[in-house]
Amino acid sequence: MVSASKMSKAELNAKGFVPYADKIQEVVASIANSTDIGHPMLTKREVKKTGYMVITSDRGLVGAYNSHVLKNLINTIQKRHQSKDEYTIIAVGRKGYDYCKKRELPITKSIIGVADHPKFAEIKELAQETVQMYIDGEIDELNIIYNHYVSAISQQVTAKKLLPIENLHNEGTVSSDYEYDPNQEEILEVLLPQYAESLIFGALLDGKASEHAASMTAMRSATDNAEDLIGDLSLTYNRARQAAITQEITEIVGGVAAQE
Amino acid sequence: MKTLDVSVVTPSGPVLEGSFDMVVCKAETGEIGILPGHIPLVAPLQISAVRLKNGNETKKLAVNGGFMEVQPDKVTILAQSAEKATEIDVQRAKEAKERAESRLQAKQDTIDKTRAELALRRAVNRLDIGK
Repeated sequence: MVSASKMSKAELNAKGFVPYADKIQEVVASIANSTDIGHPMLTKREVKKTGYMVITSDRGLVGAYNSHVLKNLINTIQKRHQSKDEYTIIAVGRKGYDYCKKRELPITKSIIGVADHPKFAEIKELAQETVQMYIDGEIDELNIIYNHYVSAISQQVTAKKLLPIENLHNEGTVSSDYEYDPNQEEILEVLLPQYAESLIFGALLDGKASEHAASMTAMRSATDNAEDLIGDLSLTYNRARQAAITQEITEIVGGVAAQE
Repeated sequence: MKTLDVSVVTPSGPVLEGSFDMVVCKAETGEIGILPGHIPLVAPLQISAVRLKNGNETKKLAVNGGFMEVQPDKVTILAQSAEKATEIDVQRAKEAKERAESRLQAKQDTIDKTRAELALRRAVNRLDIGK
């Protein structure tokens, strides 16, 4: 039941992040809506190389948690790409890293050993570097694949396009007329990478909550299965023992009867 | 007297919420003071101290990588990290400062240098406030 407490903590973390995410989204949307600036992070460009960020766990015993994510990754890659030059993988978590390594998929960056309750500082560097890759033009699109936490018993594999940032316009946020200091371009310059990083962090928190939920379910069913097995085996054992005793008695009784 | 609702939010959750008379912080373009009734404003903040004034009392926060959104009666500060003076780990900040300084002296390539400079600024900022 360690997982259960980890899960509720992870859920709390994910919730604690919500105000930040909402606010930054609101501000970004209101700036982006009020200008026509073609910031590179907002504009689509021809996709030559796609980045996939895969969030998996470090440990096993999490049921189908990792395999769902990785299956989704492989399917997407097979559907969209012909050669290995067209995509690259950013692996979060040992399972995803090992999987890609074994299949010789190109991994550019990886992080292993993310804490159960990650702090922003831990993931910041990776997020920054990933966003930088997009800005530098190393990748032209960034997708993130992770398990979305729906409830303790249900997690859903989600594949999201993070960069270029889209769908800001149909959020229907109230765009107030802000004064910008120094100006909109420079604010976007600072804000958009932060926004993208926060999205990555959000996905990670969500993934962690799912991981703990999945491991809770997996461990519980492992316990249940073991108990079933123990029950079956003790029954078989008792039967065998009883059979042996019965046979012994029969033999003794038979032997006595033969001597009379 | 009118007050400002101030909330400071980081990715790890809200750090502080409350009403204050005045907010003083360092934007990219310079120091800026916000009083109730300010026009809506968005401004990125430097790695610096945010001062929250309530009467004669002043609360200080160490803010890094943040920006603020101002509405007439509300100030929201979004930052990658924000710490109250009491929460600052002075020992750790000192170590970070020394590390950054030695790295700067080593004169490596430019990316490391910028990083070290940023780390140094963060550490110095924390130390200033933590004292």
